[in-house]
Amino acid sequence: MSDKSAREAVGDYRYGFHDPENATIRFDKGLSEQVVRDISELKNEPEWMTDIRVKAYRRFIEMPMPSWGNSDMLNQIDFEAVTYFLRSSKGTEKDWDEVPEDIKNTFDRLGIPEAEQKWLGGVTAQYESEAVYHSIREDLEEQGVIFLDMDSGLKEYPEIVKEYFATVIPASDNKFSALNTAVWSGGSFIYVPKGVHVEMPVQAYFRINAKNMGQFERTLIIADEGSSLQYVEGCTAPTYSTESLHSAVVELIAMKGAKIRYSTVQNWSANVYNLVTKRGVAYDNATIEWVDGNIGSKLTMKYPAVLLKGEGAHAEVISVAYAGKGQHQDAGAKVHHLAPNTTSNILSKSISKNGGRSTYRGILQVTPKSHGCRSKVICDALMLDPESQSDTYPTMEVGNASADLEHEASVSKVSNDQLFYLMSRGHSEEEAMGMIVNGFFEPFTRELPMEYAVELNRLLELEMEGAIG
Amino acid sequence: MGGELLSVNDLHVSVEGKEIIKGLSLTIKTGEIHAIMGRNGSGKSTLANVIMGHPAFEVTSGSVEFNGTPVEELEVFERARAGMFMSFQYPSTIPGVQVGTFLRKSVSAVRGEDGPNAREFRKELKSHMKSLNMDKSFLSRYVNDGFSGGEKKRLEILQMLLLNPTLALLDETDSGLDIDALRVVADGINSITSTAGCLLITHYQRLLDHVKPDFVHVMIDGKIVKTGGADLAGHLEARGYDWLEA
Ligand SMILES: Nc1ncnc2c1ncn2[C@@H]1O[C@H](COP(=O)(O)OP(=O)(O)OP(=O)(O)O)[C@@H](O)[C@H]1O
Ligand SMILES: [Mg+2]
Repeated sequence: MSDKSAREAVGDYRYGFHDPENATIRFDKGLSEQVVRDISELKNEPEWMTDIRVKAYRRFIEMPMPSWGNSDMLNQIDFEAVTYFLRSSKGTEKDWDEVPEDIKNTFDRLGIPEAEQKWLGGVTAQYESEAVYHSIREDLEEQGVIFLDMDSGLKEYPEIVKEYFATVIPASDNKFSALNTAVWSGGSFIYVPKGVHVEMPVQAYFRINAKNMGQFERTLIIADEGSSLQYVEGCTAPTYSTESLHSAVVELIAMKGAKIRYSTVQNWSANVYNLVTKRGVAYDNATIEWVDGNIGSKLTMKYPAVLLKGEGAHAEVISVAYAGKGQHQDAGAKVHHLAPNTTSNILSKSISKNGGRSTYRGILQVTPKSHGCRSKVICDALMLDPESQSDTYPTMEVGNASADLEHEASVSKVSNDQLFYLMSRGHSEEEAMGMIVNGFFEPFTRELPMEYAVELNRLLELEMEGAIG
Repeated sequence: MGGELLSVNDLHVSVEGKEIIKGLSLTIKTGEIHAIMGRNGSGKSTLANVIMGHPAFEVTSGSVEFNGTPVEELEVFERARAGMFMSFQYPSTIPGVQVGTFLRKSVSAVRGEDGPNAREFRKELKSHMKSLNMDKSFLSRYVNDGFSGGEKKRLEILQMLLLNPTLALLDETDSGLDIDALRVVADGINSITSTAGCLLITHYQRLLDHVKPDFVHVMIDGKIVKTGGADLAGHLEARGYDWLEA
């Protein structure tokens, strides 16, 4: 399949353009222990990190593919066809003008520098394996906030990284967390000191440009006692006829009374496998919120998780998934109530269209010693045509009888009457469908920064064009 | 003005193979108010839905013309943009879509270039909402979501006033309205009738006390069996429909 026909197959994807590949260092395709060691050596890492990587690599080799999700698609992944490391710029710049021009243009087209000026507290822009641009507002730096790309984080704060790295998500958690731990590169490292509230969101943007690329960013966020942070993340890639692999690991640690909100809108092109492990730990009265939007990719398997370890901790997981032609969004949430009086809300909304498939997969656990827990889980699916598919796999493990749990699930269709009503107000069928779809996602969209919300609505409207027929 | 705004000629309509409208003719000119009354299930809503273009209904014979154009040449949204408006007996709920956004988008879809700019729109909106006794908190609610029966009907009339149609099909807009709201809604209807034709489907005389129809049609089993002036409504209220049946 040519790139052009690939593009036709996935419809109009606005971010499908690509730059010439000007790699300064590109590893040969394929994975081996040597590749893992080479990455570590190239980055001049301390030995303990090399060891972590190598051990993780061995785990990766031993571990089976996940038995959940989409085995057919997973088994199509050819790990030997992936490029595991690609450096496209000589370093991470603090000034956009220092970033290689092609790459800068790409981020311009994605609107990142503009957003940075208007409403962000800091930005990291990762292109292939490493950050090409990074900056943080001075006032945040003065308050002691650390916001770095993960490679720099390891260099500058090895003791913090060593203390927390892979403590929330061990390498052996699943095959893809093992892979990430072995070959990780880039991602964000954030530390917010006690009591500091970062008012403006900080953003990371992940861009894959090369064909058959593997992007394995690693993010670690630590919010110290009573602090707060809002982190937003965006992702896109060109449309190619061959697959790329994005396999990230994100670990969050919210100390006593801290609050972390992590928002993602992934809009990978339809040739990207997006297999991501995200998990946070919340201590006493801390809050972790995952706001997770899955619009693109070929297969996404991602279940943002929260371990409620301290009394009174709270988890919020709001996710939406849009599965179009050839896409499978296997997403959900996992919340573990490991301490008394912890609370959680899970809201999952999915839309399937043109034969797309969306799956909600969730775990809600309450351990025997955790009394007084409350949780509410709502899963709503909207099917836009009869060829599409939606399934729900909620798992509840409740060990304490005092738990107050609610679960609601619904599957709905767009009714002719709704469409007719909107059309009678002058809206074409596509416009009407776009309004219904945006409305369905509204509980998610309203949680996003405004600029993201507007962009998401526009994206969904585009998806609805030519959808009817 | 001359030409007819709406002309329905010997219309037959089926839904799922069952004939509901069985040879109905009706002509509406600009400035005229036509009331249609009739028993439950006689086909009144079906008539309005067919004129507006609901896909569930099949026109098996006869025709509907709007400003001389056969309506089957126009999609539903094109009919709306050409000046047709329907107030629904059962307005749909659109979760997650705020009334304010919906109204703004609808006005811009229907009135297009000639429509109000943002400031003019807000002004119109404010004044119509005031006259309909609608609090501005409605604007941030979702379309018809959790609305009471009367609130839904008021939102329908608000849309009518904003979209400024030349043909208004009002299907039981008076049902569920309290006495004050009935008067307010009637004022709304009266305010457009100098430039629009109006088809009022109703069960009750009480709306017709405020909106004076030029014609009252009685529909039984998919046909208009009697047409009269405003006083016919009073007869019906007193005597029911039995006397009209053969
Ligand atoms: N989509 C549909 N599918 C099947 N039957 C329908 C459909 N729509 C209408 N009908 C039937 O057509 C007949 C006429 O319905 P319609 O809604 O036009 O009546 P109406 O005169 O408006 O009644 P009411 O006064 O109760 O509003 C009824 O028997 C109704 O059940
Ligand atoms: Mg009716």
